Amino acid sequence: MTALTFTIREEPPERLDLSPLTPRRLAGMALRDIATIRLGQSKRASVAGDVFHISGDDPENIVFEGGSGRFDRVAAEMDSGEVRVIGDAGAQAGRLMRGGRLLVEGDAGPHAGSGMRGGRVEIAGDAGDHLGAPLAGELAGMNGGVLIVRGKSGAFTADRLRRGLVAVLGGAGDHAGCRMIAGTLVVTGGVGEMPGYLMRRGSILLDGAPGGLSPSFVETGAPDLVFAALIDRYLVDDGVLDAPLLGKAPRRYGGDNAVSGRGELLFPR
Amino acid sequence: MPQLEVNGVAIDDTFAEAFGMRATAIVITGPNRKWARQAAVSMTGFATSVIGCGCEAAIDVELEPSETPDGRPGFRVTLFAVSTDELQKQLQARVAQCVLTSPGSACFAGLDGPNLLKLGAALRYFGDGWQISKKIGGRHFWRVPVMDGEFLCEATTGMTKEAVGGGNLLLLADSSANALAAAEAAVAAINTVPGAIMPFPGGVVRSGSKIGGKYKGIIASTNEAFAPTLRGAVKSALGTDINAVLEIVIDGETADAVAAAMRAGLGAVTGLGPEKGAIRISAGNFGGKLGKFLYHLKDLLP
Repeated sequence: MTALTFTIREEPPERLDLSPLTPRRLAGMALRDIATIRLGQSKRASVAGDVFHISGDDPENIVFEGGSGRFDRVAAEMDSGEVRVIGDAGAQAGRLMRGGRLLVEGDAGPHAGSGMRGGRVEIAGDAGDHLGAPLAGELAGMNGGVLIVRGKSGAFTADRLRRGLVAVLGGAGDHAGCRMIAGTLVVTGGVGEMPGYLMRRGSILLDGAPGGLSPSFVETGAPDLVFAALIDRYLVDDGVLDAPLLGKAPRRYGGDNAVSGRGELLFPR
Repeated sequence: MPQLEVNGVAIDDTFAEAFGMRATAIVITGPNRKWARQAAVSMTGFATSVIGCGCEAAIDVELEPSETPDGRPGFRVTLFAVSTDELQKQLQARVAQCVLTSPGSACFAGLDGPNLLKLGAALRYFGDGWQISKKIGGRHFWRVPVMDGEFLCEATTGMTKEAVGGGNLLLLADSSANALAAAEAAVAAINTVPGAIMPFPGGVVRSGSKIGGKYKGIIASTNEAFAPTLRGAVKSALGTDINAVLEIVIDGETADAVAAAMRAGLGAVTGLGPEKGAIRISAGNFGGKLGKFLYHLKDLLP
């Protein structure tokens, strides 16, 4: 079996909703049926066959050859299999994913991994604002899984993170980890203003002391932490980082004491 | 009793009789080997026999830093009990009193399996609301703030229902010193067998017991057939050349682990020869009435 491949014909004339093109939804479908799936959002909406040349026969392994910032909701609600985008993705890539793997080899737009429940998303380039975060009106952000951005991410990264791991390796914008409920956020390459703003629980792991930290965080000592050893080993073994991040006895801030204050910011001494 | 012989050591053609148990294992780590071992030794203290201690427990193997989840020195400890409830109770009490309290310790699951016992899931309440739950790579941990930092404990550990307790060897010698030398050789050999522990002091039992006794309510009493000072007074199993008997009792996570341990012990003792160790090797059984696992010595000879 060869990967079910969607080769882009030209830059799409409108924003597309690619959420119908997931392993589960395409299972058992013939190529000519797949070509009729409506993806466009306008009055004369594009169908898959207008935008892509479609080939291959393995719906568990989907490849988008060539990406676009107009590819919204790539792999949204996916629960198994693998989707690879050779290029950029638009907004909400991997939103509400429950399982499987999504690899974006270029950049992703805002709300990538929004509300994820499980599975693994890797973005080789940069991600927009609200990485893993809820849409307006939703109470919690990511609730499981692993979300890795090799480049940088925008503001409100891991907003309202509840469970799972978000790792950004090229630096994150302002308010990273704001309103975190629990879970783990790893940022190397620097964070913007007010990391962990209004976080209740959870861990934010940084590669250096944060600037612009809210005064409602307090320093809480630096004893030896077995947790630091465990998470360092996990991040290296899992291929997220090349070298341990925290070391044996990282510095720790507790906060945000403006709310319950059970969260933590950890960074190496 | 028909006799076999290896390297001049007589071996009774008899069998050790063992019974099914529940077992669990944990990995204890510490800031260094000394303190990891201290926590493991404390938690396996007074865990020689289920008759009086609730469980039988001992260190199974020492782990190199590269073999433990947190990269620190560690020990794998196994616990055996007769029921799941009792095993859970003993595990919880011993980890709470001896591992949680030990400086720099951490505690991880040491056994996989479909049956789970609570580990950190029970101890987290010590954190009085400040405990932190963490899921790392599919494993669930609890971080409990303590005075030297944090006690990290995996939420659950596995339990096996395939465990076997009561494998044994009786080492009969012409002197106490030779009996002890034989026992020490057997313990050293069995210590290299994974999944098998010897819960008695240093792995050795001097008080081989029989079930019941003449006094009302007593569960076990001295095994007079193997007590040299009673030779002549009772129906003794000892010849005139035997002056001391020591027993090795073995619990295994599987029936095969017990067999491997007994084989290793037999090899070590027969290797020592009758002048430096045991003249004769036997095994304890209750005529097949105690348990379903029978280990015939003739099948385990080196």
